[in-house]
Order: sequence, then structure tokens, then C-alpha cells
Amino acid sequence: MPSREVVFVDGVRTPFGRSGPKGVYAETRADDLIVRVVRELLRRNPALPPERVDEVAIAATTQIGDQGLTIGRSVAVLAGLPKSVPGYAIDRMCAGAMTAVTTVAGGIAFGAYDVAIAGGVEHMGRHPMGEGVDPNPRFLAEKLVDPSALVMGMTAENLHDRYPSITKERADAYAVASQEKFAKACADGRIQPDLVPTAVRGAERGWGLATADEPPRPGTTLEALAGLKTPFRPHGRVTAGNSAGINDGATGCVVAARETAEELGLTARMRLVSYAYAGVDPEVMGAGPIPATERALRLAGLSIGDIGLFEVNEAFAVQVLAFLEHFGIADDDPRVNRYGGAIAVGHPLASSGVRLMTQLSRQFAEEPRIRYGMTTMCVGMGMGATVIWENLA
Amino acid sequence: MKNTEEIVTRALARDVDLPGGAGTMVLITLDNGHDHTKPSTFGAGGLASLDEALTAVEGRTDVVAVGLTGKPFIFAVGADLKGAAAITTREQALEVGRLGHAVFRRLGELGIPSFAFVNGAAMGGGLEVALHCTYRTISSGVPAVALPECFLGLIPGWGGTRLLPHLIGPERALKLIIENPLSQNRMIKGPEAFALGVADAIFDPADFLEESLRWASAVLRGEITVDRPAYADQDWSGPITQARGLVDLKLRGASPAPYRALDLLAAARTATRDEGFALEDEALADLIVGDELKAGLYSFDLVQRRAKRPAGAPDSALARPVTKVGLVGAGLMASQLALLFVRRLRVPVVLTDLDQARVDKGVDYVRTEVDKLLAKRRITSDEANRLKSLVSGSLTKDAFADADFVIEAVFEDLAVKRKVFAEVEEVVSDTCVLATNTSSLSITAMAEGLRRPERVVGFHFFNPVAILPLLEIIRGDETDDATLATALATGKALRKSCVLVKDAPGFVVNRLLTRFMGEVTAAVDEGTPLETADHAVDPLGLPMSPFALLQLVGPAVALHVSETMHAAYPARFPVSENLRKLVSAGKPGVFHPDFTPDPEAAALFTGGDSPSDAEAVRRRALAALAEEVQIMLEEGVVAAREDIDLCMLLGAGWPFHLGGITPYLTRVGLLP
Repeated sequence: MPSREVVFVDGVRTPFGRSGPKGVYAETRADDLIVRVVRELLRRNPALPPERVDEVAIAATTQIGDQGLTIGRSVAVLAGLPKSVPGYAIDRMCAGAMTAVTTVAGGIAFGAYDVAIAGGVEHMGRHPMGEGVDPNPRFLAEKLVDPSALVMGMTAENLHDRYPSITKERADAYAVASQEKFAKACADGRIQPDLVPTAVRGAERGWGLATADEPPRPGTTLEALAGLKTPFRPHGRVTAGNSAGINDGATGCVVAARETAEELGLTARMRLVSYAYAGVDPEVMGAGPIPATERALRLAGLSIGDIGLFEVNEAFAVQVLAFLEHFGIADDDPRVNRYGGAIAVGHPLASSGVRLMTQLSRQFAEEPRIRYGMTTMCVGMGMGATVIWENLA
Repeated sequence: MKNTEEIVTRALARDVDLPGGAGTMVLITLDNGHDHTKPSTFGAGGLASLDEALTAVEGRTDVVAVGLTGKPFIFAVGADLKGAAAITTREQALEVGRLGHAVFRRLGELGIPSFAFVNGAAMGGGLEVALHCTYRTISSGVPAVALPECFLGLIPGWGGTRLLPHLIGPERALKLIIENPLSQNRMIKGPEAFALGVADAIFDPADFLEESLRWASAVLRGEITVDRPAYADQDWSGPITQARGLVDLKLRGASPAPYRALDLLAAARTATRDEGFALEDEALADLIVGDELKAGLYSFDLVQRRAKRPAGAPDSALARPVTKVGLVGAGLMASQLALLFVRRLRVPVVLTDLDQARVDKGVDYVRTEVDKLLAKRRITSDEANRLKSLVSGSLTKDAFADADFVIEAVFEDLAVKRKVFAEVEEVVSDTCVLATNTSSLSITAMAEGLRRPERVVGFHFFNPVAILPLLEIIRGDETDDATLATALATGKALRKSCVLVKDAPGFVVNRLLTRFMGEVTAAVDEGTPLETADHAVDPLGLPMSPFALLQLVGPAVALHVSETMHAAYPARFPVSENLRKLVSAGKPGVFHPDFTPDPEAAALFTGGDSPSDAEAVRRRALAALAEEVQIMLEEGVVAAREDIDLCMLLGAGWPFHLGGITPYLTRVGLLP
């Protein structure tokens, strides 16, 4: 039992961009993206005195260049927080921001902090997946992992093998639904309020402002998806259409001790109930959320039926579908990813965890009668991460 | 007016979806394609690019506003000076004014609001383009906002004199247009510009553009309104008269630009935009082809470029590191030098003198000055601790044993200085540089008899050491390249502008000032009233009159220098007997300390019966300057006449509109 209750106060993110030379952030630094997020969190929460921030935990998968230099501390300084505010960098690949939240939450529960900023950034254009990695040769020589384990698309194909009932058609249908749900959420004004307009500059285009997500492809059809290549396996099932893209973006949130939130007058939107991380075979990393969720439910003393809203990161459609199939939830269950997911909006690796939380808190506000919700995601090298939240709306 | 060298500042236009549903803004970025070390400027090509971008905006109906900002750290820094320098006719100059107005004014006449987001340095035309916009935001990190035109010999002629006083009122506009440029071209920072009303909102640099766009959006949605006081209803004559007094005091009519600016500001209260801009065009046309601007641009180039790369310098790779400095002498000059060396080089500095009291006084001076910097928060307490720990005193020169650079600032006597250097040479390493701050003694003579005369170099500062940027570096006959390179590198580290000078009496500044003073004094000796002679050179607009300068230097020092110069060139450098009497009388000069005339001192100037009028005194002083310049060039005292001008600009504070001195002497026909 935590010694103090931990609450989620507020979360924001930059619009997500498509990585690459034509992407909106092609010439924008990663640290500038996360600085912008931290500045906006402070601006949106004037009741939080900057000097009361006790920690800035920022995740990035590739911690070099503009994502290096102990990015949490760098960002604290660049964002103009008092020099007395410390910060650090954190990495659990796709679950980086989620781990930043749970780690500072642990510190808050222990009494080490009262308030922390946690978030993540990934500029996959400036830092392509696998940049600078140097896998130990023992991984393969001793068959510690399958050769496909380090290529995420191959692990997704492997997951289709493990769940033969999840066909390419099911995956594509799920992807189309994700696009539709995201487009509807945008139209209904559910997404925009938590986006931070972010300045971008190109040497040839001058300054501009990113105000909306770049990755979504509204109007995507099953027919269009059916024709896409399966780059990871001949006649495979995983395509660019039923996977998250390669993206740039940053997210952040304010996490606090419940008593401190009350003291300062910060609105506590969700209470942290439990969290868990779990490992699986790296070659089927998409299965990771299943044991992580089982563990988190056990820690919370809850069952899957108690969870009224799910925010499942959509690295691949198959990985969401495996999760749903395992827990006996329908592919189109309205509790799951109401605003669509990463297949539509994008997945800038280490930043995605907080996007799930921010969206869950907004759904909680819409549905005060729902008590529990879950944010969960799969993680490279065979892991899963799950956080269970209680609605305080 | 083709200027093929123009680095064109492009107006990069991009649609921005304004936050809060305010609509679409066309955001224009001014960017010359280089980083911040080459700031964006406006030449004909740059103006054409902006014009094109605005034309594209006018052709659209889906745009609610136009925004204007700069590349990182730079908004825009005004007209392309290289282009301005290439203009030869009044018609071309007139066209420059008209073109700038024609493009910039569109920002105020689009029919939709325009916003300047001043993200970085904004100077001259770069600030004026912002003034044409309906609204302005500024970053609190902006290091420089200025209208430096009057400093160079121009006026803010692309709308500045018409728009600024109506925006922020005449007093504040005069501060930016007149007062700051005439105060060593003072620049203000973002927060001060905001406080003056130049910008309507100020935001932190971290997310300046985002917050500016959010603010613009709020303005467009009517959530924020900006009040514009009707300054035209006020009386502007008071502040303008006051500013005119200031200009007279500084320039005595010597340079036309600030006077034209005053006239334009006076007219701006009632002038329409068309009228105001047309008046600016005419003023620009007159000034651009005028001698003062040419001299101003020439001076600007000298201090910006030539000062940074001394002509005739040896390979800088030969310079040896300076990790400890010895100072012989602990008097006021030596103490000032110690402070400078400690602050800029941040290496140990040891002062020596003959008795402990003097040494202590010198060390105390440095520590007290460091504490003053701390009190003014110019440095942190850690830095103060560091600097204070670096200065120490010693009664023996043994403390110089591990010094790389020893400079003497003892009494101006060759024998004394030789003795000092001989003693220093006993303790220092073979490569230690021996520098002298002599103002007139021969470096070669001072090095004579030393074991290693090649390590002696002249290192001549100007008073006040902390303020005047010139350092004359003097090469003696024996001085080797490594010594010279070390001296130059040290001068640069001290943030001084170095000019290489041959070992000739008085070097550059003192030689010319002494010659100049000598003629004015001689006129008084001959019977010209002191007041007439002293004001005879007012039309040059020098920073101070000759006898005010005498007061500053001190009659005894002036006498000593003139005796030295007389010994070298008896025909051209007389020694005034009356000056000798002034020194004997112990007077601080011909004025009381508060610069009111001292009749007793003036009465000492006796014996003349052939007075001259002011015109004759001036012609004589200028002819003497011209003659001396030519002789110096023939002697090879410096590499080129530009170095003489650089010395006069930076060491004597002679004004930009004279170009130092040789452009003026050429203009009046005294130099070829």
C-alpha cells in the first residue's frame, strides 16, 4: 500500500508529426518539443508554483544528441524552471513516459516528492529506431532472443502466428476503426484541448506552427489497406496501415501527491491505483500487456470487468487484438480506445504513455460514473506496462 | 544601384492556423540563409522578396492577418550597408528611401492587421519594418534594439521618424533616435523596448513565437485590445528643443544627420504618412551622398573589421600562452591595468612596487573595484572571490619568476625603465614578454642592453583604461614575431582593439594630439584669446575642446609628452613656455575642476602680440594634422592611413563623421 495517494493532475502533448524530411518537425529539435510541453503545463496550472516541482523525469529511447544530456534536467533549465528543480532521463523504449510517471509516482508515494513533471519525447526523424545500438553478440550466439526480436514489425508477425485467429482482415478492420474513432474525436473537440501549438521552422519554409496531428489518415478504407505491402514477411499480415507510424512528438503531465494537489488547489483528475511491468519473449513483445495487466489487476484487487475504459497503445493492431482476445473483449468494444489510437495519431516511442493517460483523464471527465480505467502498452525487448487509474471526476 | 554582393534576406511565407480558431495568418520569416553571425539585412533584393510576399497576401481572401518574424536570434538589422556605401548619386539615394517606404508601408495598409514578432536583434530598418506593423511583440531575450542611424550619419528614413513618435511619444522616440545613438550607439534590450512601448507584449524566449501567435489570436478575436495614446494632441516642442540642446552639446553642428532627424520628428506631429515618408526620402537622399555618412560607414567598417584583424600582424599561432602576469608599479595606472588583466585574462597578476604601502594600495584598489562590480551584480560572488584571489602584491620581483608577461607602468624615464627591465630579466624565463606602457619613449632604446631585447614590446593603453578600446602595440627594432604575436593575442584577450605601430616618438594618438594641441596652444601663446582658440575647432564636433583635453590629461603629462616630441622633431613640436608656467603654478589646467574658466590660469598665457581669428586657428591646426599624418605615413609608423583613423576613433574618441581624421582632411583638401 502506498504511503500517500498519487494523482494525475494534467497532461498535454505537442501535435504528433510524421518523421522524415517532409515532416512538420523535420528541422525542429527534440528538446524544444518537450520544453514547449513543460512550459504549457506550467501555464495551464498557474496554481502550481514552479519551485514546487520536485522532479522532472523525461523519457527518450535514443538518449543522444538533442535527446541526450540528461534530458529531464536539460529541459528543466531550458523551460525556465528554477535551478533548484532537478531532473533526469529515463528509458523503457515505448513505455518511457509511462515509466516516468510510475517512477515519480513511486517517489511521491514514498514521500520523496510532492509534485513532479513526467513525460517523454521521441523525434524518430532525428533519431531513427536503433540509432547507435550495439547489441551484444551473445543475444544471438546463445540464442537468448530470436533474430526477429529487435525488428518490431517481425515481432508483430510472430504474434499473428501465436494468435492464428487474428487475421490480417481483423487487423485492418481494427485499423480502419482507429482512424474513424480518431477523426470523430477530433471533430468532437476531444483532442485539440490537450495539444500544445508548437513552433516549427524550416530553412526553406521559415517559421510555422504545428497545431494538429500530422499522422492521421481519415477516410482510410479496408480496400486501401488490403493493397498495402507486408514489409516484414512475404504474404504477411503487418502493414504500414495496421501499425503505428514513425513519428515525432512529446508529452508531459503533472503528477502529485493527492494531499499536495489539495493544498495547492490543483485539480486531481485520476488517482493511481496500481501499476505493473512484465516481461515476455522478446520475439512476441506485443503480448507484453497481457501479463502486465494481470499483475496490475492483482495488485489493485480488481478484475478485468471492473475496468470501464481502456487506453491501449496501438503499436500494431495485432497486439491490441491479442490483448482483447485474451481478456475476452470484443474488437469493437466501446470501452477500448474511444478516441482511436496510435495507428491513427502516431507513436513517438517514449512519449506515448502520457498521451494514453491524458486521453483517459478526458474520457473520465466525460463519464464520471466510470470508476476505473487502464492505460497499457507493449514494450520492445519483450515487455508490457499497465497502469490502473481511478476516476476522480 | 545593382549590388551584386547583397546577401538577400528572403521573406519566407507560410500559412499558420492561429490558435483559438482565429483564422489563418501568413507568417513571414526574414531569413538570409546564414546563421546568427550574419544578421539579416535589407537590400534591394530583400525588399523585393518582402514585397512579393505581401503581394501574395493581398491576392488572398482567406487570410486574417500577416505576421513577421526573424530567423533564430535575429529579427533584422536594417539596410544593407555595403549597398548604401556603393550609392553615388542623389537620385539613387532617393530611390533607396522610396523603395523601402513603398514596401514597408504595405504592412500598415494591407486592410488586415499585421504583427511583428521581434524574436531577436532589431536595428535600424529592421526595427522600422516592425514599426510599420499594426502590433508588435518582443522576446525578453532580445539583446539589441536600436535605431543607430544617427550614430552612422543617417536618419531612420524608412518610416522611423514618422512612426515612432506617434507610437511611443516624442520623448521616448528621441531617446531611441537621437540620445542613444549619440551615446556611443547605446542599444537597449527587449524588456526596455517593451517598457518604452516599442512592443505591445513581451514573452520569454523559450516559447516566444507560440505565445506571440496566441496573443495575436486573442487580439484578432477581440479578447485583447491595445490602447494607442494620441500623442499628436500633445506639444512636442519641449522635448525636441531639449534634444536639440543635447545634439549641439555633442556635435556643435558638425554632423547634419541628428539635426535632420530632429527636423523630421518636429514635422512628424502633423505630417500625414505620405508627407512624413516623403520628408524622410529627401533627408535620406541628402545624407546618403553626404561626406559625413561616407565617413561614418568608413569608420564603422574600420572598428568592425580592421580593428579585429590588425594590419601587419604576425601569425597568431606564434603567440605563447599567458598564464601569469607581472606588473611593475602599483600606482593608479598600474592598478587599473591589474584590474583589467585580472578580469579579462583571469590569471594571477602580481603587482610590485618600492614599498609595502604602495603595493597594498594597488592590491586594495583591484579588490575594491571587484567588490563594486559585485555590488552592481555585474559578477557573481564566486567570480568576485576568484578575481580577488588572483591579484597579489610583492616587494621583490622574484614573484615574477613564473610569469609569461610582465608589463611596467613606472615613471616615464628611460633610465628608470631600463633598470626595471634589467631587474625583471634576472628572474623571468627566457620567453617571458616584457611589455611597456610607455606613451612616448622608444621601445628600441628601452630594450638596449638586455640579454634578450627581442622580447620587449610596447603595449600602450589609453586613459581611462577600462573604457577606451585602443591598444597601440609597438614593435621595437629587435622585437621578434613571437613576442608581437603574444602581445596581440593578449590585447585581444583584454578585449582591446590593437593597432600595430612602429617605434616612433609618440606613436600615433599622442603624436597627433600633441601636434594638434601644440598649434592651438601656439596660437594662444601668440596672443589669440584662449577662449577663441579653444573653440576654434568646435566645428569638427570633437568629444572635447583642446583645453578640456589638456585638463583631462593634466598639464604636467602634456608638457612631458610635448618635450619628448620636441626632442624628436624640434621644428614641428614647440614647447610652450606658457604651458610650462601653468605646470609650475600647479594648476589642473586653464579651468577650475568644475570646468569653469580660471582667470588666473588664463592670465599665465602671456607674451603674444599677433592674435589669430578662430578660422585661422582651425586652418592651422588642421594643416598641421595633415602634415603630420603624411610624415607618419612616409615614416611607415603604421601600415596604412586606415590605422591612423582607427587609432583616432578608438584612442582619442574622435567622431565617426570625421572618419577618424583622414577622410575629413581629404574632404577639406589638406590630404590627397
